[in-house]
Amino acid sequence: MDRRRFMVAGLAGSAASCARSKSPWRLFSVQEARTVGAVCAHIIPQDQDPGAVEAGVVVFIDRQLSGFYKPLQKAYRQGIAGLDRESANSTGHAFADLPAATQLDMLRRIERSPELKPFFDMLVAHAMQGFYGDPRHGGNRERASWKMLGVASPPLRGRA
Amino acid sequence: MKRVNAVVVGAGAGGGIVAKELSEAGLSVVLLERGKWYTAFDCRKDDLRNQRTSVLGNAFGPDDERNPRVAVDLKGRAHLVRASGPGYSNNAACVGGGTLSYGAMAWRYMERDFCMRSTYGHVAGSTLEDWPISYDDLEPYYEKAEWEIGVSGDDSGNPFRAPRRKPLPMPPLAPNREFEILQPAARRLGLHPFHIPMLRNSVPYGGRGPCMRCRWCVGFACEVNAKGGTQNTVIPIALATGNCELRTECMTRQILTDERGRVTGVEYFDAHDRLRRQDADLVVVSSAAVESARLLLNSKSALYPHGLGNRYDWVGRNFQGHSYTGAFGIMPEDIYDDLGPGASIAVCDYNHGNPGLAGGAMLANEFIRLPYQFVGMLPPDVPKWGQAHKDFMRSFYRRAIAIQGPTQEMPMFDARVEVDPNVLDHWGIPVARLSGDKHPHTIEIGAFAAAKAEAWLKEAGAVRTWKKLAGPGFTGGQHQAGTCRMGDDPKTSVVNRYCQVHEIDNLFVIDGSVHVTNGGFNPVLTIMANAYRASDHLVKGWKGTRYK
Repeated sequence: MDRRRFMVAGLAGSAASCARSKSPWRLFSVQEARTVGAVCAHIIPQDQDPGAVEAGVVVFIDRQLSGFYKPLQKAYRQGIAGLDRESANSTGHAFADLPAATQLDMLRRIERSPELKPFFDMLVAHAMQGFYGDPRHGGNRERASWKMLGVASPPLRGRA
Repeated sequence: MKRVNAVVVGAGAGGGIVAKELSEAGLSVVLLERGKWYTAFDCRKDDLRNQRTSVLGNAFGPDDERNPRVAVDLKGRAHLVRASGPGYSNNAACVGGGTLSYGAMAWRYMERDFCMRSTYGHVAGSTLEDWPISYDDLEPYYEKAEWEIGVSGDDSGNPFRAPRRKPLPMPPLAPNREFEILQPAARRLGLHPFHIPMLRNSVPYGGRGPCMRCRWCVGFACEVNAKGGTQNTVIPIALATGNCELRTECMTRQILTDERGRVTGVEYFDAHDRLRRQDADLVVVSSAAVESARLLLNSKSALYPHGLGNRYDWVGRNFQGHSYTGAFGIMPEDIYDDLGPGASIAVCDYNHGNPGLAGGAMLANEFIRLPYQFVGMLPPDVPKWGQAHKDFMRSFYRRAIAIQGPTQEMPMFDARVEVDPNVLDHWGIPVARLSGDKHPHTIEIGAFAAAKAEAWLKEAGAVRTWKKLAGPGFTGGQHQAGTCRMGDDPKTSVVNRYCQVHEIDNLFVIDGSVHVTNGGFNPVLTIMANAYRASDHLVKGWKGTRYK
């Protein structure tokens, strides 16, 4: 394929996928992203410093799920659905719509539930990566966590 | 393809040196490497994708897609493991091998590390044994490695060091904050702290510049080439002789033998997955403990139904590495100076002579902990997530010191590398299957070292400390060793003292696989020194056109 045809094919492909989905995310639906964000906001809460959501952890996870974490797409889809189902069964609402204190109670329960614990543990691990890891992967926006820890970004020594 | 004198399989710490020594002596050499040749520009400094933290993949291979392994857990269940995932026992797959991205500590083993059995006696349940060579046999080659690759540091303050004829070629880096804190504390405890020797330029050396002291060291390629690995020292020299050809992205399938049982060359897949054959007078296997054993085991024939060198079932046995044990401490104030590599001070007071223990460990302060790495180091009682977790990170990241060291391991016959009967890699080659456990005494030694590390931190003023202990399971990893044991008796070892496979005179294994025991130290300088020594012998036995 020559360069021009490649470009055209690429554009056609992205146009098609845009038409299929109204979600601004690569993988998540709008609702799925809300749920993930609501959980991450408890894993690393916002205080005087940005929390997971403010630092772009959901962007990090969404991006990795169409990259290196592609094999985990199914686990995410099922985990998010399981969490929202659990939430609907016990409160009648989606997890993201619950008050923060109720959410936290539910997460502490889920942490001990054999069914949802693996998903929650994975979310904790990925949130830490997105928050404390390198900004190039979509999280740690404006090096938020490094600023919080007092670790300068390195303009002087070497290339970032 | 044109027949050559020698094929070397693996361009890491051992193979790079063998290629240089042989090609300088006039032998024609093909150096096969399954990975790529990265340069300083591939440093990347990616906290989540490097050789130490590989949650988003290995920076320098092997890749997950083509290189699975099988790991057997302690309940006997087999798991398919990814190259960047836990349980894989990875070392990098690239030109330079682990030396491209290591932390570069350059330890000589001590005299007693070569005669563990005669020093400590039989340890029940372990294949603990003496090396067939002594420290004195290796000393000139340690020196050669230190001067050819380049080592900085100063071990003159270490009264336990084995005798050396020449000092290190480069002075240590200027002390960092942790050094300044830990040195007087160690002295108050009656210990003998000194500057860690490292395969790292502290001043310009070998045409390469000095360490710029950045935060991203172990796990990363050095972007100013201050770390010396085989990829920026001996391999370029080998290529410059005109006698050595480096073929990258070439995966060796098997070693070929003739009807008399001698080696005739190798079969490998090139970068385009085409099967190639390279004939040679001799073959040197330098693929590190897992892959070297795998290659020997996969080279089966009528004469060698169990693989090469495996007549007595010793190939793949005694798989070992190091568990790192030690302690973390929180200091009363901010001590983070952002001055890489971080690791700077060590003691060898606890390597030997510990009451009731067969060995010990070197203890050193740890490399700079990147923020994400610190997440995995918090005390066990700190919640794994939530406000308390964030508060701990924020309050103590800049106040933490870690001291740890590699535990002298008691080798286990049943810790082993086999080839899996079912799983094949991308090229259709049976993959390595890893299994086995740690000796309980290894865990005891580790716990002893951790207690000493904690005491050192407390003496230094730590207001809170917690230990890092070893769990069960085989070790392997970047310090992998032991699977092709060196020995005088063909019935209880794989290669002789010159790293020549007992039953095949033109087949050699030259890498960490031959280590009988792995010391309480990072093994790379010993791998390098032994590669110089074995090459020396090989070249001396070379008779013009063939090996005798």
